[in-house]
Amino acid sequence: MRGEHTMRQSGEITGYRRDHESQPPYLHPAYESTRLRAPDRPLVILPHTLSEVTGPAFGHGKVGPLDNDLTCQHDGEPLGERIIVTGRVLDGDGRPVRSSLIEVWQANAAGRYTHHADRHPAPLDPNFSGAGRCLTDGEGRYRFVTVKPGAYPWKNHDNAWRPAHIHFSLFGPAFATRLVTQMYFPGDPLFDQDSIFQSVSDPKAREQMISRFDLDTTEPEWALGYNFDIVLRGREATPMENHK
Amino acid sequence: MTPEPTPSQTVGPFFHDALLAEDQTRLVNPDHPSAIRVSGTVCDGAGEPVPDAMLEIWQADPEGRYAQPGDEFSGFGRCGTDAEGRFEFVTVKPGTVPSPDGRSQAPHIAVSVFARGLLKRLVTRIYFPDEEEANASDPVLVSVEDPDFRATLVARAGEVGYVFDVCLQGEKQIIFFDV
Repeated sequence: MRGEHTMRQSGEITGYRRDHESQPPYLHPAYESTRLRAPDRPLVILPHTLSEVTGPAFGHGKVGPLDNDLTCQHDGEPLGERIIVTGRVLDGDGRPVRSSLIEVWQANAAGRYTHHADRHPAPLDPNFSGAGRCLTDGEGRYRFVTVKPGAYPWKNHDNAWRPAHIHFSLFGPAFATRLVTQMYFPGDPLFDQDSIFQSVSDPKAREQMISRFDLDTTEPEWALGYNFDIVLRGREATPMENHK
Repeated sequence: MTPEPTPSQTVGPFFHDALLAEDQTRLVNPDHPSAIRVSGTVCDGAGEPVPDAMLEIWQADPEGRYAQPGDEFSGFGRCGTDAEGRFEFVTVKPGTVPSPDGRSQAPHIAVSVFARGLLKRLVTRIYFPDEEEANASDPVLVSVEDPDFRATLVARAGEVGYVFDVCLQGEKQIIFFDV
């Protein structure tokens, strides 16, 4: 391990594939907040170096055994529809991403975040904070127990509502593989008018953000199961020389 | 068949409880003999501060070595911006790290910027003003032809430590990378 690392620190770099087609743009005028925050000068292409192909590692010390169960962080159980969200984190070549940190956050069943800036007049739930985390296992698998988040209004445009979603933050093996995304639920009637969901122009790529109801994950008399696999960027096929 | 990567979505405005519950702004204790402060302000295209952004940094140690699992110096930090758009990290200055072409890269800190309105993170780098020689031969810096634009990657010396302002858009926009 150490030997391989030393070699990597001094030798050739295998970069990560760029994945622009599946990603949203910075400027998406329908999503109002992008208008003053999207850069307007062209991005500078950064050939991958050691700084991009290495990345932080988070051990079990950062994650408690119950951090992946958002329904047992308080004295009582939260209100709402109890669900299990599970899946695998894979790299762009279909290989599992192991021991990798996932952080999640979401609104409660009524569509309200505990966050002080959330002014939606829906009830807070004293038994739900809506934040969790876990590490993927040896097969890249993760599992959260939570309640299904509610839809909520926002001020992007007149009568704008966000589809129900859970925020996911992932690191993967390198600085280059960092990903923050949102998991949606199948058949949500709010997809068509949501400028954040629609910022991804490729319908197939949008499908990648929608979880799948899964009867095998569903536990009888207890909770519905949803499956959500996440694919991070894959490596270039061969080491590339970045600079001539 | 190669699976398609999952698209990025904005971090939104409500990430603080999940991502910033612990203080991750201090990569070393402020009493550390080599501790430096790196601070700045995030502003938008109207010049207004961005109070709901989050910066993450990733850097080598002073010997130019990136952390392995279990290392004391993690090389990773995270900081939310305050009501004035400000952030501050306490860390140590990284050493030079190798470049794929066999040359060295000048000391730098890799930065990711997340915020409401950013559908995907922005990536930039912080270089140091007291590394003129190393900066002059850094392959990434020299690849930027416009000297004024290039200079947006170099922090300035402030009263306490280094100052690196992150302007997202407009005339003062700094360099962001296609990673």
